[in-house]
This record gives sequence, C-alpha cells and structure tokens, in this order.
Amino acid sequence: MTTLAVQGLSVSLDRTPVLRGVTCTAAAGGWLALIGPNGAGKSTLIRAAAGLVAYEGAIRLDGTDLRSLRLRDRARLMAYVPQEPVLPPDMTVEQYVLLGRTPHLGYLSGPGRHDRERAAAALERLDVARFAGRRLARMSGGERQRVVLARALATEPALLLLDEPTSMLDVGHQQQVLELVDRLRRESGLTVLSTLHDLTAAGQYADHLVLLHEGRVAAAGPAAAVLTTELIAAVYAARVSVTAGQDGRPVVAPVRDLD
Amino acid sequence: MKRAGALSAAAAFLVVAALVSALVGAADLNPLATAAALADKIPFVHLHSGLTPLDSAVLFQIRLPRIVLGALVGGLLAVAGAGYQGVFRNPLVDSGMLGASAGAGLGATIAIVYLGSAGPSVVPVAAFVGSLTGVAVAYLTGAAASARGAIGGGTATLLLAGIAVGSFLVAVQTYVLQRSASDIQAVYTWLLGSLSGATWQQVTSVLPYAAVSTLIVLLHGRHLDVLAVGDEEAHALGMRPGVVRLIVVAACALAAASAVAVSGLIGFVGIVVPHVARRLAGPSYRSVLPLSVLIGAGFLVLADTVARTVLSPAELPIGVITALIGSPAFIWILRSTKAVDT
Repeated sequence: MTTLAVQGLSVSLDRTPVLRGVTCTAAAGGWLALIGPNGAGKSTLIRAAAGLVAYEGAIRLDGTDLRSLRLRDRARLMAYVPQEPVLPPDMTVEQYVLLGRTPHLGYLSGPGRHDRERAAAALERLDVARFAGRRLARMSGGERQRVVLARALATEPALLLLDEPTSMLDVGHQQQVLELVDRLRRESGLTVLSTLHDLTAAGQYADHLVLLHEGRVAAAGPAAAVLTTELIAAVYAARVSVTAGQDGRPVVAPVRDLD
Repeated sequence: MKRAGALSAAAAFLVVAALVSALVGAADLNPLATAAALADKIPFVHLHSGLTPLDSAVLFQIRLPRIVLGALVGGLLAVAGAGYQGVFRNPLVDSGMLGASAGAGLGATIAIVYLGSAGPSVVPVAAFVGSLTGVAVAYLTGAAASARGAIGGGTATLLLAGIAVGSFLVAVQTYVLQRSASDIQAVYTWLLGSLSGATWQQVTSVLPYAAVSTLIVLLHGRHLDVLAVGDEEAHALGMRPGVVRLIVVAACALAAASAVAVSGLIGFVGIVVPHVARRLAGPSYRSVLPLSVLIGAGFLVLADTVARTVLSPAELPIGVITALIGSPAFIWILRSTKAVDT
C-alpha cells in the first residue's frame, strides 16, 4: 500500500496563488477527502498530484518525489478521474476502459491479451461487463461513473485521484459510487485522495478530512474534529447544525433562520 | 462491422475500382485479356493475354499509372484528413486545413506566373513546398498564440491560426495572379485538380513520401484514441499530447503535400472518407486510419474514371467529380446507416 505525502504545496494559476503551502498526508490504504468552499483549491491539489499543473513544494509517493518519475511510470501508479471526464460518445465501454492500460504500453505497441484481460476484469468488478459493447452516449449518469472508475481500475494504480466523483449524481447513485470506491479501496489496498462537496458524505466515507480555505489548510483530522459548527461557519460562512448520525459520524445540515 | 471484415470489404472495393478503371476508356480493352495481362505481372504467373501492343501500351503506360497515382492521392488525402480529425478532435477538419491547400495554391501560382516556360515542371515541387510551409507557419503561429495556456488549451487556437494563415496565403496568391491575367487559366486548371498525364515517374517520385507519412500516421491510431478523452486525461494516462500532435500533424502535412504536388487541389476526400470509415467500423482510429487509406484510394480511382469518361475526349476536373458525386452519396450513407453499436 502506498502513502501520499504533500509537503508545502504552492500553486499559482495565472499568477494568482491558489494553494499556499499545503501539507497533508493520505495514509496507505486510507481515504483522504479534501473539503472546502468553491475556489479553496481542492481540485487544484488533485490536479497537482496528477501532474497537470506546475507546483512548488513536494508530492511524494512512499517517499519518492513524483517529479523524479518518468511520465509513464507515474501514470502507472495513479489513476486520475476528473470532475467531468470526457466520454467520446461513439466509443464503446470496452474500448474506453482499455484506455486505462495506456501507461503500460510501449510507444508503438498496442494492447495485448494481458491488457484485454485486465480491462475485462475491471469491467467485471464494477458490474458493467454486460455493457461492454455499448456506446458511451447510451450510458446513464450512474453507469458512466462506474465505467470511468473501471477505466481507472484497469490501470491497476496504487493511488486513486477523484475530483468530485459524485457531483453529477442523485443521492442514491452518490451512495452507490462512494460505497464502490470504499470497497475497491479495501479489496485492492488502494489509497484514495478525493474532493467531496457533500460534507456529511465526506465524514461518512473518508477516514481523514482536510478543510481548505483560500489555499491553506484550515483544519485537518478525523471527521469529528473537522466538521464542527464553528469551523464550517468560519470557512463557508454557512449556518449549519452538526449532529451525530446513527454511526456516530457527524451529520451536517443547513439551518434556516425564520425570524 | 468488425475491423477485419471492414478492412476486407474496403480492400475489395479498391480492387474492383481499379479493375473498372482499367477497363473503361476511349480504347476498348477486352476485359478477359486485360485481366490476363494484369495477372501476368504477378510474380510466378505467366499468362498470354492476347492484347495488341497498342492495347498493352494503353493499359500499362496510360491507364495503370493513372490508377496507381489516383489510388495514392486518394489514400493520402483520406488518411491525412482522418489524422487531422483525430488530432484536433474535430470531425469537420479536412486534409487541406492548417494552410496546406492555401500554401500549395500560392506555391503553384508563383511557379506558373514567375517561372515562365520552366513553370510547369516546377509546379509539383512548388506546391509541395508551399503546402508544407503553409502548415508549418500555421502550426508555429498557433503554438505561439496558445503557449500561455496550460496543457489542453491548444487545439482550437491551432485551427483558428490555420484559418487566418490560410486566408492570408489565399490573399497573396490572388494578388500574384491578378498581376498576370494571362496565367489565370493555367492556375485555375491546376487548382481544380487533375490526374491527366499521370506517369510512372510521378508515381515513383511520390511513393517514398506517401509510404513514410502513411506509415507514421497509421502507427498513431492508438494515440489518437487516447487523445479522444482530452489532453488532460491523456497526459494523466502517461501520454504527451503535444508531442503526439506534432508528429501526427507533420506526417499528415507530408501526406497531403505529396498528394497535392501531383494532383492539384482535390477537396472533399479528406473530410468525407474518414466518416464513411467510422460508419463501417466505429470511431477507433486503429480502424478508421487504415480504412480511410483503402476507401480513399478506391473512391478517387472511381472519381477519376468518371472525370475522364463522361465528357470524353474532354476531361472534367476531378475535384468537381468528387464533390458532385461524393456529396449526395455521402448524404445517402449518413441517412442509411445507423451509428455503430458493435
């Protein structure tokens, strides 16, 4: 299992600082959720880990600085799922999931039998094998997210980078996808780094939360320590009540003043 | 249709197109004798065709070089169009974009207008150089304009830069042409495209460029499939989109320039043939690219056969035929086939 350590991470986009010296760690086999208001820098942190933006500071996988890795080696270690993945409408589910094998292929070699087997296994595990020949345009929202996760899994990564994996889904499909990610994490020993905008869900699924505010870490720790009325009021400028749910984890609900 | 089936069908189409083209024309060749004469050229096959020396000359010195050249040009235009469509993730892109056609037009016009009697022999080289220069200028301009953007912002900027550079080159070409009205006929004829006067020498001069460029594009089918998910995700999958784009654009530019040098400007093939290929075997460029080569080759051979026979002994510009026959056929194909669900 793999530990992801982020140290003193700073990112500027168009000369505007977006992250300012963020330090946090996703424990091996753990789930670290990044929470915070819009524009706090959550997605930028994920994108920096995926190697898509230039940064200062260091991001290490089991002590190895990501910058010292070749692009392809790095892509084998982590699978990145953006908030709105591009799904070419006419591509079949099978072809799309096979793209997850790209980091394992030499420049001029095509996918071989082993790669097809790995892709087929990923389709099976996410219960979308029956859609293998279907075009992506014909998949529903929940099915699409499973297909995207199947592509990520086909890479056989150590680290899963998920940017708002549930933002386009209704509450039922949100639960299904989060349960699925949690199951994959346990079964395959994956380390998960994700952003989540639903605070209650973040508390329920992640074992470690990092609350970002204006590019800095405002709070970090287990759900009970981060999801407090005071912190949420200060960072989100929101009035919420935090109560203990059936599992003892915090439930965050908006409160409306009716005077 | 599965990949292998589609490829076999496309290969059969090309063979049939070539045979039809070999038999049709002013000189009436006996079909059986022609087939025997062609089979005689296959190694270890010895047949007596019974063609007269004149018929034999018509077949081997006039029709065959023209068929082979037409197949080469059609394959090159189609594969270049398919490659560009993959690189730019845009189905409306054609082999003449990015300043390629405009650059070729300017090169040919300059050769015809300023080089006098030496002009005609220099036109192919001038068109070839002009086409490549047009793409290079468009690409560098577009890359410079989008350099500030992070990974991914570049394809639309490149296309727009290509349109700007193309318009500029057309303006220069029109200016050059207006200064020498006596050459308008010659330039216009070249611009409309033609394979008349095709020789084996043209075939051998274009073959190395055709082979190299086509091979490079074909080897990048898988990369174009990865690019379909966007530059960012492609990069996260361990690919360098900018490098792939540069290699494929360079190879497509070489393919299109080689075709233009021997045929003039032939539109329509580069944009339509890849779509027919997609209808046959789905969107994967591992199928679309080789299918485009075969279908483009067969299509242009047929179009050229029509161009040289309908008004015989006069010839129609082949570009007119590709558009006149090709566009209704294409609309019919769009209507009659459903999107592929393998």
